[in-house]
Amino acid sequence: MTGVRVLVGTRKGAFVLTSDGTRKAWDVSGPHFAGWEIYHVKGSRADPNRIYASQSSSWFGQQIQRSDDGGKTWKPVDNKFAYDGVPGTHQWYDGTPHPWEFKRVWHLEPSVDDPDTVFAGVEDAALFRSSDGGKSWAELSGLRGHGSGAHWMPGAGGMCLHTILLDPVDPKRIFIAISAAGAFRTDDGGDTWQPINKGLRSEHIPDPHAEVGHCVHRLAMHPSRPNVLFMQKHWDVMRSDDAGNSWHEVSGNLPTDFGFAIDVHAHEPETIYVVPIKSDAEHFPIEGKLQVWRSRSGGQEWEPLTNGLPQSNCYVNVLRDAMAVDTLDACGVYFGTTGGQVYASADAGDTWNAIVHDLPPVLSVEVQTLT
Amino acid sequence: MIRVVLPSHLRMHANINGEILLDVDGEATQRSLLDALESRYPVLRGTIRDHVTQRRRPFLRFFACQRDLSHDPMDALLPDEVTAGSKPFLIVGAIAGG
Repeated sequence: MTGVRVLVGTRKGAFVLTSDGTRKAWDVSGPHFAGWEIYHVKGSRADPNRIYASQSSSWFGQQIQRSDDGGKTWKPVDNKFAYDGVPGTHQWYDGTPHPWEFKRVWHLEPSVDDPDTVFAGVEDAALFRSSDGGKSWAELSGLRGHGSGAHWMPGAGGMCLHTILLDPVDPKRIFIAISAAGAFRTDDGGDTWQPINKGLRSEHIPDPHAEVGHCVHRLAMHPSRPNVLFMQKHWDVMRSDDAGNSWHEVSGNLPTDFGFAIDVHAHEPETIYVVPIKSDAEHFPIEGKLQVWRSRSGGQEWEPLTNGLPQSNCYVNVLRDAMAVDTLDACGVYFGTTGGQVYASADAGDTWNAIVHDLPPVLSVEVQTLT
Repeated sequence: MIRVVLPSHLRMHANINGEILLDVDGEATQRSLLDALESRYPVLRGTIRDHVTQRRRPFLRFFACQRDLSHDPMDALLPDEVTAGSKPFLIVGAIAGG
């Protein structure tokens, strides 16, 4: 039977929401790992029963949990994320050198074709890979060893590697993004990396066109067109048509181009979604009206989607990993808020419903389409 | 046998009910006690002391016999009452309100 499984990470545990293909009635299980921060939960495309979860705590550190039965049961796997070699330093907020220190895993990205291979984006920014289902982790240190690494500086939320996009066509090509260093690409499976930030303009750094230092909030890609990337930057929604070699702004008529989440329609590569947030000082929707904005033209021309979303007194945020799409027809779109709601649209964004509305603050939302 | 009490999150994480009773090889110190604890419950590695530095995680404290042992050297002997099992070694999470 066709259905969807929505994987929700929150400040106080993980939740698994399931529905059939109609996406009208939902079963909610959880909290899993109650009381722990769950930064991200993501299932394998190669084996949907294999799910990885990043569980962390300021008290007890990082855990990686793994499920082999679609989220019904979990077991902890290895939690040792040791930087390769001498970690060295990056810039601290005051500009002084600061040793690289592992804090948590922000994002888990299972391989396209192997359930036992999974990538982890961590804070302080680095990329790790496990090839044994999470039982051991090794850093792809060519990224952190890129010549610019010593100059990376954390954003207010920490120096996190939060986006990992695996090219479904070329297994050696990976895109990542770091706040506040920018976007990077490898074409050799992670041995060497290059910054891909040409065309970005950030007024809050000394050189607005610098090679690194941009606060990229999120990247998105449609799997049929891995050379086309979309970016929600701190300010500005950007697009690249050449695998990140160059970017141009597509904010167009958005009411504000600040935001965190961005995603692409499952069947229409030119249809993209963002959630405009008022500003970097006021992390909530403009005038208390929660709106998803959709472009059907790959950017520039946007329309607000409000049907079913609160249009008064709504002051939540939607974080960078808290939006996802399913691959049913019509495409389902999902996002979670810091107010604990998870909204779903079964018609590509035309109408919305809160499928849960009183969870802890939502950190991440991922969707598995089950057949 | 040394009695160890963990915070509830770690008991749940390691599927532990109540106190833990541990045999420690050689002299009973914080280091040998944590070595024994992690040997019996590998899932606790990294949760009490950092994997790499082996330092106590900053929001955890070690209490015993109405004393805060958190800043004692890792190789200092534990109090006799702890070694004898008459008093537990408490691993305590910092209180967080708000």
